Amino acid sequence: MSLWVALIGAGIGCYLLKLVGLSVPPRVLEHRAVARVAELIPVALLAALVAVQVFAGADQRLVLDARAAALGAAALMLLLRAPFLVAVFGSALVAAVLRMI
Amino acid sequence: MSETLPAEERSGITRDSLGVGIATGTYGVSFGAVSVGAGLDVAQTCALSLLMFTGASQFALVGVIAGGGTPLSGALTALLLGTRNTLYGLRMAPLLGWRGWRRVGGAHLLIDESTAMGVTRGSVPAARVGFLTTGWTIFVLWNLMTLVGAVAGEAIGDPRTYGLDAAVGAAFLALLWPRLDEPRNRLVAALAAAVALGVVPFTAAGVPVLVAGGVALLVGALRRERSEVRP
Repeated sequence: MSLWVALIGAGIGCYLLKLVGLSVPPRVLEHRAVARVAELIPVALLAALVAVQVFAGADQRLVLDARAAALGAAALMLLLRAPFLVAVFGSALVAAVLRMI
Repeated sequence: MSETLPAEERSGITRDSLGVGIATGTYGVSFGAVSVGAGLDVAQTCALSLLMFTGASQFALVGVIAGGGTPLSGALTALLLGTRNTLYGLRMAPLLGWRGWRRVGGAHLLIDESTAMGVTRGSVPAARVGFLTTGWTIFVLWNLMTLVGAVAGEAIGDPRTYGLDAAVGAAFLALLWPRLDEPRNRLVAALAAAVALGVVPFTAAGVPVLVAGGVALLVGALRRERSEVRP
């Protein structure tokens, strides 16, 4: 399979996966189990994204670096009810400053 | 659908969505550089960002190819990761309430961040503003920065210098935060994070997040509803 065929095929496939999700009949969500799962999925995925973004390093190792400190700072700011953008860019600042030291 | 969105709420959602969009879209530069480094040319790299437009799948595809994998195995890995967006669609469909060509067009913007910025809203107009503002900001920036990263390669400099990689983690945490007031959600979040980190050493980039989605499926399917009342 040429690289171009793989790129275009996978690109179209990924789009169709998105479209299928949006096109499932609404009554599917009326099943209690489906509704519960659909509610928990973003919680699980967001938590996993946080963990992977912060603790996964290059070559699939777990690392503890400036990102962890930045996440701690973000958690602290959120606890203190800081606005979204303050928490997000405040934590970027913490990471940038730690890396300069 | 005649609900209107107060101007103040609209501008608040727009502001937050732009913040997430800018922090995320900038990362296209790293994709562009990684992709060219993996051996794709600039046109192939840009085609991926335009057509596929889902970061983890794109990184996975070029990662497999950089690691010596075949284009077919790269494509399959990307598709596996893309199933995450099907789950997002399931969740977003009733919140966005789109039919016909709006759905066909909007589907392309269905990614982690647009879902996250749309799913927390209390009304259809608010969900649409969060979803579309985030989705479009990322689409435009992601593709521009992919081109920049591909053309300039490593010379552009690492977004890590500016702490932007940490900002993305913080953004996800900030989005998760309001959901953590429910004990069940805290349990699922902790489990998902632990499971994701547990499988990081053994799986391709992006797969741990998918596996964590399985945690939600398991907990949702196994746990009995404690109460019918929803917060």
